[in-house]
Amino acid sequence: MSNNSPVPDINKVKLEYRVILDLIPAGSSVLDLGCGDGELLNLLVRTKNVRGSGIEIDEKAVRNCALLGISVSQQDIEGGLSDYGDKSFDFVILNQSLQQVVKLEAVLQETLRVGDKVIIGFPNFVYYKSRLQMVFGGRTPVTPSLPNMWYDTPNLHFLSISDFQAYCHTRNLKIEKAIYLDGNRIIKFLPNFFAQTGIFLVRSQT
Amino acid sequence: MTKTIENATEGLGLVETKYFTFASAPDELILESGEKLGPVTLAYETYGTLNGDKSNAILILHALTGNAHVAGFHQGDKDPGWWDNMIGYGKAFDLDKYFIICSNVIGGCQGSTGPSSINPKTKMPYGLDFPLITIKDMVDAQSHLVRSLGITKLLCVAGGSMGGMQVLQWTVSFPQMVQTAIPIATSARHSPQQIAFNEVGRQAIMADPAWKDGQYYGHDAPSRGLAVARMIGHITYMSDISMAEKFGRRVKEERPEKKFSPDFEVEGYLQYRGDNFVKRFDANSYLYITKAIDRFDLTNGAGLEKVFKAASGIKFLVIAFKSDWLYPAYQSKEIVRACKQAQVDVSYCELNSTYGHDAFLIEVEEQEHFIKNFLRRVSDE
Repeated sequence: MSNNSPVPDINKVKLEYRVILDLIPAGSSVLDLGCGDGELLNLLVRTKNVRGSGIEIDEKAVRNCALLGISVSQQDIEGGLSDYGDKSFDFVILNQSLQQVVKLEAVLQETLRVGDKVIIGFPNFVYYKSRLQMVFGGRTPVTPSLPNMWYDTPNLHFLSISDFQAYCHTRNLKIEKAIYLDGNRIIKFLPNFFAQTGIFLVRSQT
Repeated sequence: MTKTIENATEGLGLVETKYFTFASAPDELILESGEKLGPVTLAYETYGTLNGDKSNAILILHALTGNAHVAGFHQGDKDPGWWDNMIGYGKAFDLDKYFIICSNVIGGCQGSTGPSSINPKTKMPYGLDFPLITIKDMVDAQSHLVRSLGITKLLCVAGGSMGGMQVLQWTVSFPQMVQTAIPIATSARHSPQQIAFNEVGRQAIMADPAWKDGQYYGHDAPSRGLAVARMIGHITYMSDISMAEKFGRRVKEERPEKKFSPDFEVEGYLQYRGDNFVKRFDANSYLYITKAIDRFDLTNGAGLEKVFKAASGIKFLVIAFKSDWLYPAYQSKEIVRACKQAQVDVSYCELNSTYGHDAFLIEVEEQEHFIKNFLRRVSDE
């Protein structure tokens, strides 16, 4: 698949995207749910030669996807997933969009149906700076990964890395890989405390 | 919106309609109904330059009452072709890169063989002796035109409304001849509501005493009926908001002479549109073409995704408009869904517009963005 933009310099790509790129073998088929302006998909198409497509509801973002030359459907994630057959993609990406969908559990189950493997990235609500703001400031936390005030946040669900691990356990999902980030650093020690972002590679075991 | 002839020197300048005649006896075109039609003439226009390997041709297909004159000016005309804002140098369909063909349809009355054409057997206009035609028949005829130009594969087929139906039919009838498809504000099959509006239009024509079972050629045409049909059409092409913005509840200055003469501006507008339309369109063609649209059902009773399996190599850009209530976005989404299930590469955008169904003729900037980038992507491959 060719493309309208020049090949991006991988070294200038933010760590979060590089981590996701590393999880996906070249030539895979990928669906990016809530693909935004298409930056990650574009990277995947350009550097990994994936067969990629996206779903995005925002018109401006969809416009930018067109500019980058990637296939995208302007739909909401919750309605759009039923269009796909079982295991239509090697990977489905839900990066920074899971916490914004209304019926999170339904979307997650649909995602696992459509994709062989699912990559989920979300902001860790109990990052230590958030905890400090809550405990000592008495305020709803505002951090680089959760940058919105309580009154204008698009996020509907606030979860921690431990929450998600527990969820996978109860739903019998296998976590094949988990990477934890604090901005442009990888966190290995006490991620539920020190990481702002968790990125999980999961698959259903049923 | 309205351009004058002064602009003719800037864009495409003067253009002419051409005519392609084929399917003379005994090699008539076999229609979907099994009936034969021939000879067949198709009116078409072309712009830009066909490249050496004939790989840059794009076929544009028009809506119900459109014609082959999609861009540029005809000698003496005040207005350019119906999609002039989309076709030209640097525009969505960029003549610096692409060779554009716009083909009329059989059944029509604007240069192609239709019910007002002379029946070679009787030397009289066909009238209702003209066979019922389908969208598939229109596309079959166009395939002869495209081949006659030496083109074996079209870079793209694109069109809105009934033009979009032809686009979809092209991808199913001739998948090997189509590289990409842009169906706009259209449907893979007409809904009961869409059929209902067309039926009211047809009834208006057939209720006009001048219609005379279609044998009115040489006499007064059923202009009242056709004008009413057009008025109904215009209502469905606009939206509640676009009508409110265009007319409000404004009334004419002078009191109408008769009790029920039009006094609201919207009434006057519809009458004006209706009266103008009858000067350029044949009532029987309106019957035949609306029937072809109503009978259109690409699914053929099966799942649309099964139909699209044959089109698996084609890339789609599907465009819908939020305020289009005649061809609502859900119909475009059905096309997108079928593409996805058939593993066909598809992009979909649902553009914000208040213009209703007419948006595909008016919303130039947004369509240009998506079409230009889509064509750039696929033509670079």
